[in-house]
Amino acid sequence: MEFLVASAIGVLTAGGIYLVMRLRTFPVILGISLLTYAVNVFLFASGRLVIGSGPILNRYEELTYADPLPQALVLTAIVISFGMTAVVVMIALGAYLGSSDDSVDDAQETPK
Amino acid sequence: MSLFLIVAVPFLGALLPGLMNSAGRKACAGVTFTVTLIAFVGLLSQLPAVLAGEVVQARVEWLPALGLNMNLHLDGLAFFFAGLILGIGLLIIAYARSYLARDDNMGEFFTYLLLFQGAMVGIVLSDNILLLLIFWEMTSLASFLLIGYWKHVEEGRQGARMALTVTGMGGLALIGGLLILGQIAGSYDLSVILENRDAIQASPLYVPALLLILLGCFTKSAQFPFHFWLPRAMAAPTPVSAYLHSATMVKAGIFMLARLWPVLSGTPEWFVIVTGAGLVTMVIGALIAIFKHDLKALLAYSTVSHLGLITMLLGTGTPFGAMAAMFHILNHATFKAALFMSAGIIDHEAHTRDIRRLGGLRVLMPITFVIATIAALSMAGIPFLNGFLSKEQMLEEANRTVLFGSPWLVPVLATIGSLFSAAYCFRFIGHTFFGPVRDDYPSKPHDPGAGLWLPPAILVVLVVVIGVAPFLAEPFVKLVTADVLGIAGEVPKAYFKIWHGLVPALYMSIIAVVGGFLLYLVFPPLLRAWDATPRPDAKPIFDAIIASVVAAARGLIAPTHDGAFTRYAGILVIAVLGAAYYGFVSGTVGEATRDMQPVTLIALGGWAMVVAATLALVFLHRHRLLALVLIGIVGLMVSVGFVFFSAPDLALTQFTVEVVTIILLLLALNFLPKVTPTESAPLRRVRDGGIAVVGGVAAMALSYHYLLRDPLAASISAFHVANSYKGGGGTNMVNVILVDFRGFDTYGEIIVLGIAALLIYALTETLLAGPVRRRLLNREPDQALAGDMHPMMMVVLTRVIMPVILMVGFYIFLRGHNDPGGGFIAGLIVSIAVVMQYMASGFGWASARLRYPYHGIIGAGVLIAGLTGIGSWFVGKPFLTSDFTYVRIPPFQEFELATAALFDVGVFLAVVGAVMLSLESFSRLARRQDMVDSDHPMDINPSRDDQPVEVN
Repeated sequence: MEFLVASAIGVLTAGGIYLVMRLRTFPVILGISLLTYAVNVFLFASGRLVIGSGPILNRYEELTYADPLPQALVLTAIVISFGMTAVVVMIALGAYLGSSDDSVDDAQETPK
Repeated sequence: MSLFLIVAVPFLGALLPGLMNSAGRKACAGVTFTVTLIAFVGLLSQLPAVLAGEVVQARVEWLPALGLNMNLHLDGLAFFFAGLILGIGLLIIAYARSYLARDDNMGEFFTYLLLFQGAMVGIVLSDNILLLLIFWEMTSLASFLLIGYWKHVEEGRQGARMALTVTGMGGLALIGGLLILGQIAGSYDLSVILENRDAIQASPLYVPALLLILLGCFTKSAQFPFHFWLPRAMAAPTPVSAYLHSATMVKAGIFMLARLWPVLSGTPEWFVIVTGAGLVTMVIGALIAIFKHDLKALLAYSTVSHLGLITMLLGTGTPFGAMAAMFHILNHATFKAALFMSAGIIDHEAHTRDIRRLGGLRVLMPITFVIATIAALSMAGIPFLNGFLSKEQMLEEANRTVLFGSPWLVPVLATIGSLFSAAYCFRFIGHTFFGPVRDDYPSKPHDPGAGLWLPPAILVVLVVVIGVAPFLAEPFVKLVTADVLGIAGEVPKAYFKIWHGLVPALYMSIIAVVGGFLLYLVFPPLLRAWDATPRPDAKPIFDAIIASVVAAARGLIAPTHDGAFTRYAGILVIAVLGAAYYGFVSGTVGEATRDMQPVTLIALGGWAMVVAATLALVFLHRHRLLALVLIGIVGLMVSVGFVFFSAPDLALTQFTVEVVTIILLLLALNFLPKVTPTESAPLRRVRDGGIAVVGGVAAMALSYHYLLRDPLAASISAFHVANSYKGGGGTNMVNVILVDFRGFDTYGEIIVLGIAALLIYALTETLLAGPVRRRLLNREPDQALAGDMHPMMMVVLTRVIMPVILMVGFYIFLRGHNDPGGGFIAGLIVSIAVVMQYMASGFGWASARLRYPYHGIIGAGVLIAGLTGIGSWFVGKPFLTSDFTYVRIPPFQEFELATAALFDVGVFLAVVGAVMLSLESFSRLARRQDMVDSDHPMDINPSRDDQPVEVN
């Protein structure tokens, strides 16, 4: 199971990096989203993988739980990443609407 | 008055001149004068204690963990300098009042001046070297502002920049040096450092520390080869030159040398460097000064020369040298400030400072003539004036100093320096005041009002009094010297007398004065010879160094930071990978401590979907709509993964965020091209793919590695598990952490989210206000639009389901503290309910029913969360301390009331507002000219008898 999660993180990261290095804004945004998934899962996994014992306290029994701390951190990270994506999309959109060009690199210096 | 107040008064007072600016120049100067006077009187109130040999102290802990504390002390040395700063400051302020022109912004000037004054007093009173460094940097900044005060003068701006570069660089070196010193002594308190002479001089770090500190002092005090900034700082208004660049700031370096004298002096390194630099500076400064035509430039180089003299005296490392240095600081401050003010008067009245255009002023400006002549003669070393006395002491000390094994070197150079010094003094007097009265002055000179001549006159009285009756100054100078010497020496017995008998110093003095006068007599041929000699000019050298530094920076930045985002991304990834690889090979890898969990079929299925969707996304990303579908699959599977691995809250959040993100991207895609063109060459794609694969493998290896190992140290999670219910009153630990344990984090995060939404709103406003607006309004959609913009089924369904979803949101919110849910998730759910109305019934219809603007909702959310936090102050608890209780209202079950729930309401509102404001902003871009806002939710409604709206 650990291998599956690790390899999923790896695939998401690789896809994210590749798309971030594309020349147009839209794939870059997609790439950032993939990287966001990868990072969130990575952080979440720092609590190690636990199946079937969510961090909801049982008042009557002593149990072990999944680590709640990474979950709390990742929860806000997910919401913040929405805000970040929205801002990046807005900037990309503004740039495109202003110039009819959605290249991410400065025009004069784009390698031919 | 408390030492804190003495330092604080100028800083606080710096607020006043700006405020008084409109009240007139007199009020502005008056308030500045009063502020300085208060500080000065406060200082004088400590005089009895200082005279009694006490060290007045004031200590407050500021950042004790860093060793940075507000520790002030006042001993003789500090009193001496603080007295110079505030006393001369008073005269300068009075002088500046008359000097500044009507157009000059007096409030600005006095604000800078008071800031400088406070910083300078701070330097001399600091007992903590970190505190001292802060004040030190502030003097550099204030000096920068004052030199460039006349912003229209290009020389002033350049001079200010040069001064800041040189002294700022020295300041950096000084920081390094003093930090080393503090490390050796084990404390950043000066009083402790000064008691560790042996430890410091024995330390292998002594030489580096010494070099760095000297670099700081030499740049500040304009010692060779850093002397060049001072003459160029003369573009400043004359009060600044007189105050900063002769009497106070340039003495800060010398103050440091004197302050650290007990621990640094006495070693061969100190002796050779400090004495050597001082001697060279003294001779070169004096030589250049002879041939300067600008009065202020002449005085500037003479200041350089005299600073060199003082430095040399401190360098010899003997108590007598230190005493002579202190005496000369006092004397130099008096006559040099008076000379600068006189030069300012001449400039003010004759409208030129060029000595070649002056002459004969003794008849036209008799008062100025007397003042300037006495001061200049004192500087030349004529008996019965104070300059003579300290120069005698200097020559006597030089006579005993053996440098590089030669007993002649120092005395000869010192005599030559004095000779040059006498020469430029005679030239200053002769060429300005003597000779025939001319008729071609740019303006008719005459003596100014008392406002200008009184301040230098007061100083000149001091020059004469000390010169005639040196025994008056003796006890005070000796007191100061005792504090300079500290544990490292005894105050010399020598008396301050005009007549010491026929000692060698007297002969040297006579040679200097007579030789100087002879040089003055043969000045014209000398000047021709001087002009014919090639000399290096500092400015082109300085500019060349700056230019080469800039070129080097460009050389580094241009290839790496050339506007190509893809390149930055590549560099970033490769750099991170490189650092990670280094960390991996240089560390140790422990054995796996956890067992792998068995793979289930469901997990395998989910994994396969994530991998397949990601790969498909990479290969098919050019089709943008398809790409959105694919990324939706990834997000969905990640949510499922969260559920699978016991994170229900995360799954709910991820799932709802996924929905709004896709809506957002769809809105954006409405405007963007639907296809990404193929641009990059196959080779480039292979290269990027290679980097991506390496990055992915690295991320995978890292994750796999730690998933199979337990943390080396116990994490803080156990605390949260143990206290979640006991302390926070909730069983959903994730929610309790969010709203309680880490409530401050969450508070920051909702603010960030709100700012992001406002940013989007602002960008939209800007776009819609600019040229983009017209294009948007007349935009031809690039794809066929749906025939029915507001399908009836969807409208009816969303409207029916709205209360249900709101109820779900409410439920999710309420259960949040004990079960999966909470403000974040509830906020997202409610947002989706509202977004559905926009989508189904149209923007116009939905916004017409919007009662509160989304900005307000964000604000209310942040406010509620903040006020909840502040509420805990009223019961004497820190910000955001939560409390809870259980209540039972029959017939309901017992339930919990917690302040955390109120905080969660704030989170909820902020999330709703932020999400809605972002999406609404995007939708507003889509409004077109031909779009009619329908009053009706549905375009076609059989129950309505008006005509259906024509849709294209």
